Amino acid sequence: MRIRVTFSKTGSLRYIGHLDLQQVWERTARRAGLPLAYTQGFHPGPKIQIAAALPLGFAGRAEVVDLWLTDNVGATHEVAQGLQSTAPPGLSILAVEEVDERAPALQTQVAAAEYEVALLEAGLGSGLEARLADLLAKPALPRERRGKAYDLRPLILSLECRDLSLRMVLSAREGATGRPEEVLAELNIPPEAARIERTRLILKDEVE
Amino acid sequence: MLSPAEIEARLERILLSVQKPGRYVGGELNSVVKDWDSVQTRLAFVFPDIYDIGVSNLGLQILYDLVNARPDSLAERAYAPWTDMEAKMREHGVPLYSLETKHALADFDIIGITLPYETLYTNALNLLDLAGIPLRAEERDERYPLVIAGGHACFNPEPMHAFIDAFVIGEGEEVIHEIINTVGRFPREHVGKSERVNVPTCSRVNVLKELAQIPGVYVPRFYDVTYFDDGTIKAVTPNIPEAPKIVMKRMVPKLPPPPTRFIVPNIEAVHNRVAIEVMRGCTRGCRFCQAGMITRPVRERSVEEIVAAAEEAIRLTGFEELALLSLSSSDYTPILDLVTAIGEKFSGRHLSVALPSLRIESVSVDLMEKLKDRRSSGFTLAPEAASEHMRRIINKFIPDEQILQTAREIYARGWTTIKLYFMIGHPSETLDDVQAIADLCKRVLAEGRRVMGGKAKLNAGVSTFIPKPHTPFQWVSVDTPEQITAKQDLLKRELRDRNIKLTWTEPKETLLEAWLSRGDRRMAEVIYAAWRNGAKFDAWQEHFRYEAWTSAFAARDLEPAFYTHRPRRVDEVFPWDHISDAVRKKYLFEDFRQSLEGEIRVDCRKNCYACGILPTFAQARREHPGNYWKCPEVKSPLSGRQPAMDSKQISVVSEQ
Ligand code: SF4
Repeated sequence: MRIRVTFSKTGSLRYIGHLDLQQVWERTARRAGLPLAYTQGFHPGPKIQIAAALPLGFAGRAEVVDLWLTDNVGATHEVAQGLQSTAPPGLSILAVEEVDERAPALQTQVAAAEYEVALLEAGLGSGLEARLADLLAKPALPRERRGKAYDLRPLILSLECRDLSLRMVLSAREGATGRPEEVLAELNIPPEAARIERTRLILKDEVE
Repeated sequence: MLSPAEIEARLERILLSVQKPGRYVGGELNSVVKDWDSVQTRLAFVFPDIYDIGVSNLGLQILYDLVNARPDSLAERAYAPWTDMEAKMREHGVPLYSLETKHALADFDIIGITLPYETLYTNALNLLDLAGIPLRAEERDERYPLVIAGGHACFNPEPMHAFIDAFVIGEGEEVIHEIINTVGRFPREHVGKSERVNVPTCSRVNVLKELAQIPGVYVPRFYDVTYFDDGTIKAVTPNIPEAPKIVMKRMVPKLPPPPTRFIVPNIEAVHNRVAIEVMRGCTRGCRFCQAGMITRPVRERSVEEIVAAAEEAIRLTGFEELALLSLSSSDYTPILDLVTAIGEKFSGRHLSVALPSLRIESVSVDLMEKLKDRRSSGFTLAPEAASEHMRRIINKFIPDEQILQTAREIYARGWTTIKLYFMIGHPSETLDDVQAIADLCKRVLAEGRRVMGGKAKLNAGVSTFIPKPHTPFQWVSVDTPEQITAKQDLLKRELRDRNIKLTWTEPKETLLEAWLSRGDRRMAEVIYAAWRNGAKFDAWQEHFRYEAWTSAFAARDLEPAFYTHRPRRVDEVFPWDHISDAVRKKYLFEDFRQSLEGEIRVDCRKNCYACGILPTFAQARREHPGNYWKCPEVKSPLSGRQPAMDSKQISVVSEQ
């Protein structure tokens, strides 16, 4: 059985990286008594797939993970309750659904991600709307990431602001992923002056 | 001091610029967050090394649970920030804070520092400094928390005496409550929520006087030390009537239920496991082993209690590893029953079980086989010495043939690597004895080659002996760096084989550990000066700075060799003689003398040698009769005698 869990990752769990989150999931599932399936081989590991790595420091309000189980565990709402009762602080279970065992890997299904950015210094809000409009009006935003040139502009699917908060939807396809801190850099907002949350992952079947 | 909200706001600005920020945020499953204002006494437990190491410390977990179970108290935690984080904290004015509620450490009533080993001393100083608390006990008044230390290193508290208000000697499970009750009678006034404006309600010295009267608590300021001209100690005497002449360790006659609600770190730590003590103490009497002396008597938990606790702890943590801990697992009486029960209960649950400290015999291979869900590649054995001469001296006698047979068995059942632990530098060791280590390693690997050819591997871990306080070897000196180097060179030369991995301890690190463990009160100034010279994380090779220490000695006009390379007089008063682990000095000396004659003392559970435990804890033994303790039962009450230091006065019946 394969189940898909939608969850939020907030509070101190913001500072937990991708591999550690994988481990948090393994232990949470074990505590909840779910019969996790393990890979065969010399170093057996649990079959857990997290849709998209969340950069360190970001909160995630609706992240997605798939877990493979060796038995059918029945009603998904009970699974959700079980997981929630043993989840560490900062991990909330929002939904559990069963998915087809043979459905494609989650990582390949993510199309875009929505972010909300809270600016921590009031001064950063001034003229923000105009700066956004300028940015969006540009035909291209050439940048470099790890020595490779790319254009950020087409990766920004939407960008808007209200007071001291920004909302953006960025492409998150394999090989075409926009990062919120890059958008902030274009706006001259230093990363430590912003708190970033990923509010939603948009899967391909939702877009198509 | 900053309020928790202020600390949190500053943290948010710095956490993303340091490695592994998950170390500094708390929020782990099973950590306990209590309402700060709902309790009377607040403790911060400090482990003076990084989170990754400290978070799985069993002693700290035990005390954390006990304090948080009290409605009138809370316990929170702090660890040493790694250097990158420390720099950021100092730059942004963030004091050392607790992970649970982000309170500055100075806001707590008690800071409890765990000192399991001596190389943490400079870190302890650094943490007090980072907390904005004066380092010297005498400079702290009522406005500051009491700083209390515990852990094995405190069996010689003197090197740290200047910085610690009170030491707990021995086991903490009972005394922690007595300390909290006492401190609770002298409340500090906290005005406002966490504004640190305190109205001194009583003088510090009164609290300390009360603490000094709790058995097992040592308050160094109430003792004076006098010296002979040659620098050795003349006497240590209490300077107030309330302080006992000898501080006797605490010992819990019946081990309380093991903790099960282990803190589950959200980041990778050194140990991610449920750890259950199957027994405390050891009856083997290896003469170099401090733990074996200071943790007597042996008390064994029942198989049922261990299995039930393991089951519960795994349910509450989800950990993938279970460690069954003791100083000598093979000596746990029902070891076979335990291993069988654990094996049956947890097989197929993707759980690996660690059972360290097994005796070198084929039975151990059977035991490990029962526990393996999936085979780990290494099997660890600790012969410690390789020649008959040395084995007699250290009182760990395992014949070569037994080691080779066990090795054969291990390789034959599919383990590819054997790890052998040895120690060099034992008293009267010669290069021939070291050569024997190399020879034994080669013979063990040859057994593996015979079974699996080139796949067989051997790791030889060779540490250097330090004559620790409270052991029969406390009279001997440490090898000089030249001697150690010569021995290590021999091993490096002899063990050049691509399937042998040799590891050793740098002689300078050994020296530091020896100075610190054997130091007297004057060493406190050396520690202070070394810390000022930048010494910290001394247990970390890449941070250890030898010159910081040698220049600290020079600045204090002390000779390092005085502490390490000097033969001791038989009647020398050691800096730790007023701290007792209940094993008599006379007994230790007798054992030392026997060692020089190559005499072996077998397991004392078979034959009590009257080490001193029973006269001291006769009453406890009487209240806990039967097999739970491995010392003989005590027949008749001691009429009117105080815990006698001479065990010949007491009648014992030996075990059938
Ligand atoms: S009292 Fe006897 S049996 Fe008990 S630890 Fe001492 S020597 Fe061993």
